[in-house]
Amino acid sequence: MVERMQKNKKDSESVPLLEVKNVTFKRDGRYILKNVSFSLHKGNIVAVMGPSGTGKTTLLSLINALIKPDSGKILFKGIDMHELSLKDLYKVRSEIGHMFQNGALFSHLSVFDNVAFPLRENTNLTDDMIRDLVTLKLEAVGLRGVATKMPEQLSGGMARRVALARSTALDPELMLYDEPFTGQDPISSGVLTTSIMKMRDILNLTSIIVTHDLQAVTKVADVVHIIGSGEILASGSVAEILSSTDPAVVQFVSGAADGVIPFHYPTDKTLTQDLIYA
Amino acid sequence: MLKCIQNLGHSALMLAENTGVSFKFLCKIIFKFPRKLNHWYAVIEQIYFLGVLSLVIILISGAFIGMVVALQGYHTLSEFGAQSELSKLIALSVFRELGPVVTALLFAGRAGSALTAEVGLMKVGDQLTSMEVMAVDPISYVAFPRFVAGIITMPLLAILFCATAIYAGYLVSVFWLGIDSGTFLSVMKSGVDFNVDVMQGIKKSFIFGVVASFIAIYQGFHTDNTASGLGRAATKTVVFSSIAILGLDFILTAFMLGG
Ligand SMILES: Nc1ncnc2c1ncn2[C@@H]1O[C@H](COP(=O)(O)OP(=O)(O)O)[C@@H](O)[C@H]1O
Ligand SMILES: [Mg+2]
Repeated sequence: MVERMQKNKKDSESVPLLEVKNVTFKRDGRYILKNVSFSLHKGNIVAVMGPSGTGKTTLLSLINALIKPDSGKILFKGIDMHELSLKDLYKVRSEIGHMFQNGALFSHLSVFDNVAFPLRENTNLTDDMIRDLVTLKLEAVGLRGVATKMPEQLSGGMARRVALARSTALDPELMLYDEPFTGQDPISSGVLTTSIMKMRDILNLTSIIVTHDLQAVTKVADVVHIIGSGEILASGSVAEILSSTDPAVVQFVSGAADGVIPFHYPTDKTLTQDLIYA
Repeated sequence: MLKCIQNLGHSALMLAENTGVSFKFLCKIIFKFPRKLNHWYAVIEQIYFLGVLSLVIILISGAFIGMVVALQGYHTLSEFGAQSELSKLIALSVFRELGPVVTALLFAGRAGSALTAEVGLMKVGDQLTSMEVMAVDPISYVAFPRFVAGIITMPLLAILFCATAIYAGYLVSVFWLGIDSGTFLSVMKSGVDFNVDVMQGIKKSFIFGVVASFIAIYQGFHTDNTASGLGRAATKTVVFSSIAILGLDFILTAFMLGG
């Protein structure tokens, strides 16, 4: 543990693995993300929390250069991913694992072939090696038994775990998880958090986890960013967040509807107007 | 009035933009030659998929069209006492027009809409994006094999359609209308020039294959991220393909006959 902290400290003095600098993103003239900045170093586990619809998924898409920011920069190992040619971008992307909110498994491939897909497309491994790797990856998420099933035969939580196995198949350096704990029972959720920590301890894997699951966050995260209305409202270690007196943080942690973070989607009519003059 | 002009201008701009976007997409597909042998296997798989999907409807329609042309042709030709030319009429109209055009329309309705639905579902379920994050280009993995397969499948289907139609026409002419089978075959043989008549049909069919598969794939890739978007995309495929096929048929025929 001490060793790891020293290592993290040493790493933190060097170039960050990922730097998000003043990123602003608009959709149809509406700000989704406003001036978001943070950075993380190798081995960090960062949690991004916030109400739904605040742009967490959008943030991950920006980091993986699936969409372009209106202003600001995103640097992965000092490289601006948005400036790369498609070929170079794909090379960088093979070092990043991205698990989608809905799993996004290929509906025409079996669970096994889904996990084998990135290996078959991006490596020259033999079929035997691919079979062993896929089996191990599926075993790690507890789903070796469903290898021959098709994605539509899985529950939402299982599909997400298969997606997790698939996104780690190429042993990425940076993992982006979009709500991995949603739809998981406490046991799988516990296994997922342990496996995220194990991957950090053994492979020094860096992770960004988007989630609502406070309990899981307290177990794994080094740093927590809370975003609301497209801005980072608060950042800090789990202990700092839990003991914070910042109204936004208190509201989010306690789950109150009224406070700094609006629960209601903005509208220019009052409830009375909508009800009576509809 | 001003608003009307404004709308017109807006529509024109949208049309220009859409044309530009589609053209760019077409270039992307054409220049995405697969880098893996697997993607060529995928072409064969897609030919099988598209071919099997459309085969039954193509054969049945071919048979009916052949029979109808025989009946109609006999009726008209007998007014001039030229019944013996019936086989030439059937063969020429089927090879040059009905074969390629009807096959293309049926292909658009059956295989094209299925293709759009399949690709559209991948788009809506983030499957295309998840390919991109795994460093696999969806254009070379999804679009290219389907596009090439469509181009190869269409002429093959058209040839099958023509064969069925002519055989059905033969049966009606010989066993129903009482035309001598020897006359039927020899008139057809002397009246149809393979290099001109049959090849014109195959050329048309090839071009329809390009257009119909492109429209289907384009609509799939540009499906709105909603449940109703999927249905709309499939409808658009059928409508746009049909109009494009019939319009192109006119242009191609004008060039081939008028030139
Ligand atoms: N494809 C899209 N088109 C238009 N608006 C979108 C699209 N995707 C997301 N949004 C909007 O962007 C905002 C942020 O979405 P998202 O990043 O998915 O939120 P989160 O993941 O935090 O729940 C939402 O208000 C949503 O309505
Ligand atoms: Mg989300």
